[in-house]
Amino acid sequence: MYRYDGYDHQMLADRVAQFRDQTNRYIDGKLSEIEFLPLRLQNGLYVQRLAPMLRIAVPYGMLSSTQLRKLAYIANHYDKGYAHFTTRQNIQYNWPALVDVPDLLADLAEVEMHAIQTSGNCIRNTTTDQFAGAAPDELEDSRAYCEIIRQWSSFHPEFAYLPRKFKIAVCGTVDDQAATQVHDIGIYIVKGDNDEIGFRILVGGGLGRTPVIGKEIFDFVEKKHLLTALEAILRVYNREGRRDNKYKARIKILVKETGVEEFKNKVTKEWALIKDSSLTLTDEEIDRCQKFFDAPNYQELSNTPTQLTDKLQSNILFAAWHSQNVKPHKVTGYSIVTVCFKETGVAPGDVTDRQLEQIADLSDEYSFGEIRISHKQNIVMADVRQDQLFELWKALESGAMASNNLGLLTDLICCPGGDFCALANAKSIPIAEAIQRKFDDHEELTNIGEMNLNISGCMNACGHHHVGNIGILGVDKKGEEYYQVSLGGSSKNNASLGKIIGPSFAQEEIPDVVETIVGVYKEKRIGEEKFIDTYNRIGIDPFKEKVYAKAD
Amino acid sequence: MPKLINKNTVITNPWTVMKASTGPEILQVVPGKNFIVPLQFWKLYQEELNEYDGNIAVWLDSDENPEQISDELHSLPLIALNFPVFSDGRSYTNARELRQKYAFKGEIRAIGDVLRDQLYYMAQCGFDTFEIRHDQEAELCLQAFNDFETGYQSTVAEPVPLFRRR
Ligand code: HEM
Ligand code: SF4
Repeated sequence: MYRYDGYDHQMLADRVAQFRDQTNRYIDGKLSEIEFLPLRLQNGLYVQRLAPMLRIAVPYGMLSSTQLRKLAYIANHYDKGYAHFTTRQNIQYNWPALVDVPDLLADLAEVEMHAIQTSGNCIRNTTTDQFAGAAPDELEDSRAYCEIIRQWSSFHPEFAYLPRKFKIAVCGTVDDQAATQVHDIGIYIVKGDNDEIGFRILVGGGLGRTPVIGKEIFDFVEKKHLLTALEAILRVYNREGRRDNKYKARIKILVKETGVEEFKNKVTKEWALIKDSSLTLTDEEIDRCQKFFDAPNYQELSNTPTQLTDKLQSNILFAAWHSQNVKPHKVTGYSIVTVCFKETGVAPGDVTDRQLEQIADLSDEYSFGEIRISHKQNIVMADVRQDQLFELWKALESGAMASNNLGLLTDLICCPGGDFCALANAKSIPIAEAIQRKFDDHEELTNIGEMNLNISGCMNACGHHHVGNIGILGVDKKGEEYYQVSLGGSSKNNASLGKIIGPSFAQEEIPDVVETIVGVYKEKRIGEEKFIDTYNRIGIDPFKEKVYAKAD
Repeated sequence: MPKLINKNTVITNPWTVMKASTGPEILQVVPGKNFIVPLQFWKLYQEELNEYDGNIAVWLDSDENPEQISDELHSLPLIALNFPVFSDGRSYTNARELRQKYAFKGEIRAIGDVLRDQLYYMAQCGFDTFEIRHDQEAELCLQAFNDFETGYQSTVAEPVPLFRRR
């Protein structure tokens, strides 16, 4: 994991002092509401329906046990005892008081954490696949490049007042779990000629009210040119991105209106000016960053040890959890464990201070003291010995963290919605809960198989509804909360946007609608076909017919 | 007279920014001034400006860019870049471009909605002087240049990025 040196610490200390001063001036009335707004946003502070909301950056989702304990302390000390994992691998607190925020940030700085650029019209936290470094199908660990991008994008003086927010994702695994194609810039680690590793770069993806899948502008960028390529893209965007209309200000609109080819020409021109400048990466810097992510001290072990196989046979609950939540690891004898935070009745992504501490302890004991947050709002312990999986599961179970629904219909993504968010058209958490209650039979869930169900409370799409296999969107219909359903979205390698099935539904209808959709899939699927594959084969009509036939 | 600072101190301001709506008559009415004229004015009234007896500089709005004056800019003593609102970030890119792409050696000045909390970034991007908004306290503004000891990036003020220095 990356460790700060004197420079990183100094910059963070400078930032904390700067924000303390800004907050004081705001409280003293020397800084107006409008002028304070972007400053607080660039420090992660929103003002919401009930209280301020503070978003903490978790660079590419990685946390140490020490940091987890600090987050638990903060949940307890400044909040109401819980925190929330976001869909961009960050953490949010819903109840800190404005006056406490500078102290809270100082506490975070002690463990090399901050809230810098977690909101506002700037470059946000760079995200990646939560299995980075442990996945068997990885070309190269993406985290070193994420860290390089983190540093380049933090306090970038030219890009602090962009037309709109800017999100970058990097993916080094073959199976994309980072929703790379719906980011403003999506970066795939790829192999070029002579097996050289480099980057394929997409631009102009994004969700929100105008969802777009990113388009390729460079099929291969050498490692050393990573930052100059990014800087060139940002420069064109900063100058030409629309500032007349907030809803048209994302880079996706600029790319669309300019045309990808023309946009690429502009970027190429800018790039030529800086390609071989001091910003060109050095081998030393890439090495330096990679060293922070060297393999932990793995033992020589064998796969499927008897400690595991015995328990798999004797304990069906453990076996069910194992088959769903445990994935193969690149190192023999190890597995990747995902702790699923989708317990029915708990808002997706919510975690208590006690659970944070438990995870910290368990990661120390079983996974080299590190965890990752996934964009599906779960937690990953990436390096667990297979002969210790059962012990870990027992411990998780005693902490009510052994949900075995990873990747299944009830492992849904859901935004805070009308219960917390001032922009909401409709509530989303109660919808999530109603669906989870409807589908409470594990056997049935595994029978349905892999399914992404995503819920947003308005078209800002924080809950990624466009890229859900089933997407649910809260809409306002003459002052009533209604829900629009779409099918066929995906944020994986073959990213696609869902298609709206038809007129929207009342809240109480939604669980039945989902059940009908699932019913059509089960009837039509061939063999092992996943929902998304069946949908792609048969299209939306069979679903439509059934759903609305039933409603009549 | 708007307050002007550089990165160290309050300085006297010999220049007057001409508003975008001003017509060429002003050159007759007010002789011997040092005007920073809008780009369009500069393009339209070259002749009148050549005859004028005061010094002339140009300001670019945030939706204009240095390319529009790339041929002539080396003859200018000063180019001012406007911030119509502080949250419009385009002039940062213009400043950097003036310095790095066009190697402009004259003074670059920030004008418009120039506030304390953006000064550090402006200085990094190549601005030398800052005409701060009337309600800004100069003393407070001068502290802004020490907000950070250093940064990660390659900037105009520090072209060597931290990864080549650490
Ligand atoms: C409760 C307060 C929140 C507010 C007011 C809020 C507001 C917004 C807005 C206005 C957008 C659209 C921006 C655009 O299209 O340019 C957006 C997008 C988004 N938000 Fe939130 N959000 C909130 C909470 C969250 C939470 C809790 C999460 C994660 C669980 C989240 C994740 C996202 C994501 C992933 C996007 C889509 C990014 C994209 O368009 O590419 N937001 N949010
Ligand atoms: S999708 Fe809408 S309702 Fe949900 S958190 Fe985002 S802004 Fe709020």
